[in-house]
Amino acid sequence: MDLPISDIHKQSVKSLDTSSLLKNAARQRDARKFSSFPIIDVDCHHYENESLSEIVKYIDDPVLKQMGMVYTGGGTGGQTPFNPAGVGYQDVAGRVTRYPLRKTETTPGDDQHRDVHLSLRWMDAMGVDYVCLFPTPMLSLGLHPQPEIEAALAKAYNRWLLENITAKEERIKTMMYVPFSDPDAAYETVKEFGDHPDVIGFMIVSVRYQAVHSNAYMKTYALMEELGKPLGFHSNYNWNDRLVGNSNRFLVTHALGFTVYNAVHLCNWVVNAMPERFPKLKTVWIESGLAWIPWVMQRLDNDYKMRWSEAPSLKGLPSDYMREMFYTSQPMEMPDNLDVLKTTFDLINADDQLLWASDYPHWDMDVPSVIYDLPFLDERQKHKMLGGNAIDLFNLDISPRFPNYKPV
Amino acid sequence: MAKEILVGKASEFKEGDKKIVPNGKNSEIGVYLVHGNWYAYANLCPHQGGPACEGLMMAKVEEVIAEDKTFQGMKFNHDEMHIVCPWHGWEFDIANGEAVADRKWSLRKFEVDVRGEDVYVLA
Ligand code: FES
Repeated sequence: MDLPISDIHKQSVKSLDTSSLLKNAARQRDARKFSSFPIIDVDCHHYENESLSEIVKYIDDPVLKQMGMVYTGGGTGGQTPFNPAGVGYQDVAGRVTRYPLRKTETTPGDDQHRDVHLSLRWMDAMGVDYVCLFPTPMLSLGLHPQPEIEAALAKAYNRWLLENITAKEERIKTMMYVPFSDPDAAYETVKEFGDHPDVIGFMIVSVRYQAVHSNAYMKTYALMEELGKPLGFHSNYNWNDRLVGNSNRFLVTHALGFTVYNAVHLCNWVVNAMPERFPKLKTVWIESGLAWIPWVMQRLDNDYKMRWSEAPSLKGLPSDYMREMFYTSQPMEMPDNLDVLKTTFDLINADDQLLWASDYPHWDMDVPSVIYDLPFLDERQKHKMLGGNAIDLFNLDISPRFPNYKPV
Repeated sequence: MAKEILVGKASEFKEGDKKIVPNGKNSEIGVYLVHGNWYAYANLCPHQGGPACEGLMMAKVEEVIAEDKTFQGMKFNHDEMHIVCPWHGWEFDIANGEAVADRKWSLRKFEVDVRGEDVYVLA
């Protein structure tokens, strides 16, 4: 196929084959013996929009379902009732070729879903044993002006995912999408799916304007805590945001958006002393990289000491609470001066709290060697960050692949 | 002594073409003919190890800034061609293999030797 490259030029490229694109990852896997210890990817994706015609059939509301079937059938022009974001080009205008070539990749037309085939290809290439799979366009669904659409689509997606993807491949798990714009639907989601064995936690998409400390959510957090499964906040960009979208370059809205949404929610979570109200509920901050954490720790501690009366339920510094939270690593900033990264690792107690994530197939994905090759980590630390910490946090049963596994 | 790898016939290449040849069992070299010059680079990106030479070749993008310092758009400059790694989009100057965003990083460069019709890379 031809891809437009510059002006009138085109370049012929082969159709996409994930295993071939990732052959250098497979070489890293073999050279570093990744198959000798478990690697868990806490954040990776599929494109659920490619299966939307299957998903809308799971919508309960007959009117929304009819609308969904019209949209996913012939379509109605350029509009979509489901995706409130839209603007963006993660693939750097086609330079990250797995985006424009995605549709050219072939998979066996067997009983297994295409998303399972594609996931296993990259997992095997990188040496990943188990993953937590998340959607892609739905990461913007928290912005939908109709909370009932977020609720309906989330429920349909959750049911579809458990029936068609996780049930068919035991290496794929998920943190269930929680439709946070509708507090009652959020509660119902946790109640309906919370004890499903393939649901290893709950996920709120961070790009939204609801306050995480609102009383409306307390019953939901209480239920999550009772179920003993962690709550993740998955970040995203939003070019329509008045502040973090205030740039003419995707680079800026991406670099800021992915950190700022999670920073706001984390600050509110801490100063409202949610960790004191729900001491057993663990939180995971997903896809914001790591560089923002020392910034927020220092800002909160500094203000807290001057304005204690505004956060009187805390029993320690904000950074003390943050050190007990979990963070996914990707996209891990790689400063020239690795002391900066090492300091960040120390500040967040990365030995126990850091969870490697690939974010594959998205453009800023990380391979496992970003952790494995760090010169300041020993083998035990690497194994924990690449898998051991996630196995503990999610209480993952990895015995099918590692029958003799002992916690690191 | 450097080993010679036969790439193929010079006449197989048109301006802007590349060919990726094996260099042992576990690596490859991308050989390019750009602006009439031969270049060869390891198919291994210094970022996270992606197959850089398997990506697109794109012209350098430049901003058009008018004399009054106002922004007038962007354009391609085909005098400077970039190898773009397909994993995350790092761009490398075809002339020397340097990463254009941070020139202390680069693709490993190899010499190309054209003898008669035959193109060799010295690995
Ligand atoms: S590995 Fe080449 S751009 Fe990241």
